[in-house]
Amino acid sequence: MTYITKPRLHHPLLQPNGLGFTRRDYEGKVSTLCAGCGHDSISAAIIQAAYELDLPPHRLAKLSGIGCSSKTPDYFLGNSHGFNSVHGRMPSVLTGANLANRDLIYLGVSGDGDSASIGLGQFAHSIRRGVNMTYIVENNGVYGLTKGQFSATSDPGSKSKRGVVNHDQSIDLVGLALQLGASFVARSFSGDKEQLVPLVKAALAHKGAAFIDVLSPCVQFNNHVGSTKSFDYVREHNAAMNRLDFIEPRAEITANYAPGEVELVVQHDGSVLRLRKLSPDYEPTDRLSAMGHLQLHQARGEIVTGLLYVDPEAADLHDHLHTIHKPLNQLTDQELAPGSAALDAINDSLR
Amino acid sequence: MSLTAVNDFVVKFANVNGSGSASANGMFAKSILRMGVPVAARNIFPSNIQGLPTWYEVRISEASRLGRRGGVDLMVAMNPQTWDQDVASIEPGGYLFYDSTKPLPPSKFRTDIEIIGLPLTAICNAAYTDPRQRQLFKNIIYVGALAYLIGIETEVLETLVREEFGSKPKLIDANLHALGLGRDGAAQMLGQPIGLQMRRSDKVGDRIYVEGNTAAALGAVYGGATVCAWYPITPSTSLAEAFTEHCQKLRVDKATGEAKFAIVQAEDEIASIGIVVGAGWNGARAFTCTSGPGISLMQEFVGLSYFAEIPAVIFDVQRGGPSTGMPTRTQQSDILLAAYASHGDTKHPLLFPEDPAECFDFGALAFDLADRLQTTIFVMLDLDIGMNEWLCRPFKWDDSRKLDHGKVMTHDELEAGRDFGRYLDVDGDGVAYRTLPGVHPDRGAYFTRGTSRDPYARYSEEGSVYVGNMERLLRKFETAKSLIPAPIARPAKRRTPHGVIYFGSTTPAMHEALELLDADNVHVDGLRVRGFPFSDEVMDFIAAHETVFVVEQNRDAQLRTLLMVEGGVDPAKLIPVLGYDGSPITARFITDEISKRLRGLTRAPTPLVAE
Repeated sequence: MTYITKPRLHHPLLQPNGLGFTRRDYEGKVSTLCAGCGHDSISAAIIQAAYELDLPPHRLAKLSGIGCSSKTPDYFLGNSHGFNSVHGRMPSVLTGANLANRDLIYLGVSGDGDSASIGLGQFAHSIRRGVNMTYIVENNGVYGLTKGQFSATSDPGSKSKRGVVNHDQSIDLVGLALQLGASFVARSFSGDKEQLVPLVKAALAHKGAAFIDVLSPCVQFNNHVGSTKSFDYVREHNAAMNRLDFIEPRAEITANYAPGEVELVVQHDGSVLRLRKLSPDYEPTDRLSAMGHLQLHQARGEIVTGLLYVDPEAADLHDHLHTIHKPLNQLTDQELAPGSAALDAINDSLR
Repeated sequence: MSLTAVNDFVVKFANVNGSGSASANGMFAKSILRMGVPVAARNIFPSNIQGLPTWYEVRISEASRLGRRGGVDLMVAMNPQTWDQDVASIEPGGYLFYDSTKPLPPSKFRTDIEIIGLPLTAICNAAYTDPRQRQLFKNIIYVGALAYLIGIETEVLETLVREEFGSKPKLIDANLHALGLGRDGAAQMLGQPIGLQMRRSDKVGDRIYVEGNTAAALGAVYGGATVCAWYPITPSTSLAEAFTEHCQKLRVDKATGEAKFAIVQAEDEIASIGIVVGAGWNGARAFTCTSGPGISLMQEFVGLSYFAEIPAVIFDVQRGGPSTGMPTRTQQSDILLAAYASHGDTKHPLLFPEDPAECFDFGALAFDLADRLQTTIFVMLDLDIGMNEWLCRPFKWDDSRKLDHGKVMTHDELEAGRDFGRYLDVDGDGVAYRTLPGVHPDRGAYFTRGTSRDPYARYSEEGSVYVGNMERLLRKFETAKSLIPAPIARPAKRRTPHGVIYFGSTTPAMHEALELLDADNVHVDGLRVRGFPFSDEVMDFIAAHETVFVVEQNRDAQLRTLLMVEGGVDPAKLIPVLGYDGSPITARFITDEISKRLRGLTRAPTPLVAE
């Protein structure tokens, strides 16, 4: 398998943004994810957000861990440097990159396996430190790339494609982010572009640790209530049924609703997502209120989406460290090496 | 017959840790230096904060033999817990100095040594009422008594006290008083000084007295490191702390108070190396410092650094392994772990500093090497070098020296249309150009990954593409040979078929052993290896000798294995000499082992345990 080159044909009617870039200039390589994957919708939302923000593509660095979600940075912002690092460790790599050059925008893309299991510690500590970043978790409640194991965000009582019932409690990354001091916390749904694009834009513009939990259904492995249904479904839609690796193309889920409504979205596998828009009088700058609101609605089986909390005046890690404004990776030799005279003085103090 | 010596003996202090003995013992060692006599002092301490035995071994050597010699000439036995072993360790004819306030039965002593009892507790209790003062000043009192017994100049000690407590006049007076109590008490109660004597000399020269961790951290400052991410672990913690102190003194903008560095105490070693790799990817010079357990945790990231070719520096201050092992004892037992860190086919350059002066040099050099080779460079210290003060040549820096950032393609080069392939070997040395994020609006961006890719950084699992890349990494490692500091030869006085290879903190003991062997008409050529991959000189040295001893401080002869594997050397030719009990290897041990083997007196194979 090799990479797939995307033809760089520009439609004459594509609208340039304020920098003269069209939407195509923010695209990346062709996605190798399953057709209909929610993650591709998130990539599209990131592209749209960067385009609408008039962001110079090279001023953003995109970092990820390992998994389906972490492959996506190759599929958007092709003129940005990207780093597909190791499993669960994107937050530390992003922290280091940010320390090296505080002038760029840092976008971390991760999944529920990458951030809620192996990477839970780094997720927590990067947020706790206030690293200036947008941290998106593409949350599908399942290990897709290893074919359907439960993730730590799988809800108790949910069934895997193989019919196994999950008994473990789920980890609520939004609740954790709020508790850990994230200064921007949101949740959205990959099928709701109208909600997601503005959230991504707001997060990219935010200074401090911005976290967005994006529910992103896995069309392949979180698509079943029971094995019988799964079997029936594949038999009805897939001609190559004896090839277990075969990926059936499907349409992605979309949802549109007005503020204040509770929306029921039936996933491919029949599980129900209750999506509740924030009410117009919701106060997103009160952390305690946000935490209470979240707990209340989750107890009712609802999933709260939207901008849940924002501290518009947050400080970041560089503020805490009193780092010089000039990026560390641009300091000159003279600014770094103190010189032989200073060294002679040190020698004298050691005699 | 009591021992007599001038400026050439070993004093060992046996204390209880947490009793405040460290600063008094340190003052003792420094007073020797101030009298112009070279000294080597080593802390032997437990993984504990208070209450367990600790020792401080001071070797005084006008001839600058600064490795551990082995044996003790004067024991300052202040810890009842270890009394028996402390008394047993004294050389015949040596001296035992102890607190005689409480009488001890004759069975507690030896008849072949000289016993010097001074009622330290009684003197102390008569002078002080506060319990903490009694504890602290007892240490100063015995320093005063020793000064009288071995002839340390009073003015030297008094100057050190004034330097130490410069800003606290009350403490100066109190400490001077305690020194006087000891000196006068010894003079009144013990009579004549002993046979071990200090005499003012001029053999210290311009040398400095410093810990390797401090030196390595200073090297990192001069080498341009701006990002340090670390997690506390003995014996490397003081390296990060020293970097913090150096930076606060040398790298804070005087006008604004802003820091030209960023130091993060991470949540663990994995995050530490992750931060380093992220910063290195983004063009800052970054390092972490740790010990063996940390290296174990960092394996995956080291492999990423190797395969995605990201500069990183790791200071590994080695301690006794495996597992938690002996956390406060020294070993050179991470050699193979570091050389081949991570899964798959990997290898990494290592640097072996011999003392703090080289810790500084290599500490700075490592960042140039990391940038030039775009990979992880390990600087292999150990507890002995890292946490003990060593007498070494002063630090040097050439102000005309430029930091070498290696192959980084600039905005202007990209703008001019220069072809950029992140993994394209344009110069044949295996090192490709990289770009830094943000360099150019529409050229030079690429996707960094630990997965296989082609020379233009595009994902590929094609066998030929993968192999081509792995072969290029081997070419790069070949290039590294010419950049790693060359070995240093120490030829014997006569032509000899025997050689010895050694490295790192073994050096001073090894050099003394070579002198002793030479005096005994046993001729061995020495070669100090300073890094990995091994240059041709190392293999030539092995080829030029019939037998080559490889002296190391680990059980499994790890450097020997590396020489065998990387150089295709016949194992029969390389004879391991292994001291790995956690104490720094001694000249006596090395001398005995090599002479035994060469004279065929015994054919005992391993294990060979120091002392």
